[in-house]
Amino acid sequence: MAPTASASVRRTLTLAKALNTGLLEAMKADPKTVIMGEDVGKLGGVFRITDGLQELFGEERVIDTPLAESAIVGTAIGLAMRGFRPVCEIQFDGFVYPAFDQIVSQLAKLHYRSGGRIRLPVTIRIPYGGGIGAVEHHSESPEAYFCHTAGLRVVTCSSPADAHLMIQQAVASDDPVIFLEPKRRYWEKGEVDTTPLADLPADLRTDLGTSRVVRSGQDATLVAYGPMVRTCLDAADVATEEDGRSLEVIDLRSLSPLDLDPVVESTRRTGRLVAVHEAPSNVSLSSEIAARVTEQAFYHLESPVLRVTGFDTPYPPARLEDHYLPDVDRILDAVDRTFGY
Amino acid sequence: MTELVQLLTPDGRRTTSGSGPEAEYQAFVAEVTDDDLVGLLRDMTVVRRLDDEGTALQRQGELSLWASLRGQEAAQVGSGRALEPADMAFPSYREHGVAWCRGVDPLKLFGLFRGTSLGAWDPAEHGFALYAIVVGSQTLHATGYAMGVARDGGEGAVISYFGDGASSEGDVNEAFGWASVFGAPLVFFCQNNQWAISEPYRRQSRVPIYQRARGFGFPSVRVDGNDVLATLAVTRWALRQARSGAGPVLVEALTYRINPHTTADDPSRYRPADELSTWRRRDPIDRLRTHLRARGVLTDELEASIAAEADSTAADLRARCLALPDPPGDALFDHVQVEENNLVAAERAAFVSLRGALL
Ligand SMILES: Cc1ncc(C[n+]2csc(CCOP(=O)(O)OP(=O)(O)O)c2C)c(N)n1
Ligand SMILES: [Mg+2]
Repeated sequence: MAPTASASVRRTLTLAKALNTGLLEAMKADPKTVIMGEDVGKLGGVFRITDGLQELFGEERVIDTPLAESAIVGTAIGLAMRGFRPVCEIQFDGFVYPAFDQIVSQLAKLHYRSGGRIRLPVTIRIPYGGGIGAVEHHSESPEAYFCHTAGLRVVTCSSPADAHLMIQQAVASDDPVIFLEPKRRYWEKGEVDTTPLADLPADLRTDLGTSRVVRSGQDATLVAYGPMVRTCLDAADVATEEDGRSLEVIDLRSLSPLDLDPVVESTRRTGRLVAVHEAPSNVSLSSEIAARVTEQAFYHLESPVLRVTGFDTPYPPARLEDHYLPDVDRILDAVDRTFGY
Repeated sequence: MTELVQLLTPDGRRTTSGSGPEAEYQAFVAEVTDDDLVGLLRDMTVVRRLDDEGTALQRQGELSLWASLRGQEAAQVGSGRALEPADMAFPSYREHGVAWCRGVDPLKLFGLFRGTSLGAWDPAEHGFALYAIVVGSQTLHATGYAMGVARDGGEGAVISYFGDGASSEGDVNEAFGWASVFGAPLVFFCQNNQWAISEPYRRQSRVPIYQRARGFGFPSVRVDGNDVLATLAVTRWALRQARSGAGPVLVEALTYRINPHTTADDPSRYRPADELSTWRRRDPIDRLRTHLRARGVLTDELEASIAAEADSTAADLRARCLALPDPPGDALFDHVQVEENNLVAAERAAFVSLRGALL
């Protein structure tokens, strides 16, 4: 099933297929774009995100690399210095750490060190998060490490439409981008506008850094990203049915830099904010959100900003992950608690 | 350096000691009896049967994944049986046959793939470290452990398993360098099963793995990894080298991953079918069986009894696997650190009270 070129049409795609189609557009848009990673060629990646791309663009542009993550990122930096636009695939979240030095000390810093002379338009795609019953190291949420590092953009999509758009924006960005893919949502379908990036209006082309209200509500605000957006939307449905509460849900989309204006604005209206993610809570995205929203919306808050997150333990064995991961019950429990202050 | 050590040909004939590369290793299996060979056959047969059970249980939804060792039984049993009790093995994630030789209850392997634990055996009790899924990471642990053995004046040697794909990781190359300069009593045991998921070995290196040891300054040997006798002999030789204080040795066992990478993989997308049939003809168990048949040692009755033993071991394992309970929810807070962590303790308390409230 080779990918097909797409004109401006709306199609129903899985999130995985939307990424595949977005990558296809990125490859067409710039002949300097190269895809590199373990098993990305003939196999099309273990999640088939690069399916059919080697067939279309050849082994020079879709590169099955030796099994070495540090080298995937390190050589991508060199390729970028030579004018290429590498899109690296790290096979699973837990395997990005061998590349940690290349990402945080090299990729993130060269623009700064070179006084802006060096630009490294490198995208690092990482399937992340749990909920798929996997063995160790296949379910982690490493976003905070990268958000803590100046010089990197960190983004994540939650829907097929965003997957298609954001992967193209990430590849087009002249800054390094950590592109986190919510692997448990790969198979969920949604409508996608397959207009290539270049044909979109300018504001849509460059909105990679913006967060978005994905459901409006008045009583409390949920802020999430990636895989937890769906869970928050489900929680909002239940809250309407069972408690008659209307919850607003905001998808951050960009984790670094953060676009918190919509969150602050929403929290000022609802007075209650619950931040949700799979990653552990200690020094996490939700820590940052709570601090900043408290600074900016203090007099509007009816309750402290509460957090529903993975626990501060290693990711547990698969049979325990349902206890570990935030779910509708835990989210609604937190919402209830915001009404108890 | 040698090209390929083989003591049993694919059609089951014992190579005679002569001037070939084999000569040096024959001595290490000179005292292997027919009974010993039957023992190796039994090990390989049971291990294959357990492996098939893993695949079957995954298909039935009882395991979330299984990484099959089919085709690699001789490489694992031959090397595993070369180990002494005081030795320490550092596996990757496919060494179910080595685990068997080290006396690890296969149920504990199944628990990993079922998702009830992250590593339920005691490495010290079995001389068998936890599985390492982060490719190559265990080779450095093995190196450090071996450095410790040398410093303690201990008797044991250390063996570190890794794959052909792993040989590209920085960790593995750093382990080579460290083990070499510190003279660590370590055998690097590479099962070159030709594939790293969809990538053939030629994507990892232009030279055979065993030749890479030379640049790091230690000896190496390539063995027919589908020949259990040769693997036993070569690993014994390598362990003796290591124990003697001569530093590390690299063994490359040429073998083949007959099954998909894991149950989640689809090799029809990348692997030529004729390659599979070539390697099926080199089956490690058939080879030893043919040899023992020709010697009149393996009778129908004996073979039936081995098969029955394999079946009953697998049936017992299946029953125990199906009975494996999920751990209680709050077990996920256990053993995060040696000392209690106040954050984890608070989270556990909140978890228990919320679950209680929801019930
Ligand atoms: C650091 C790291 N990167 C990627 C992976 C994903 N992965 C698991 S096994 C594998 C291939 C390993 O091949 P090889 O070393 O030849 O061992 P084999 O699976 O053939 O036994 C890959 C890429 C991983 N587990 N760890
Ligand atoms: Mg391999």
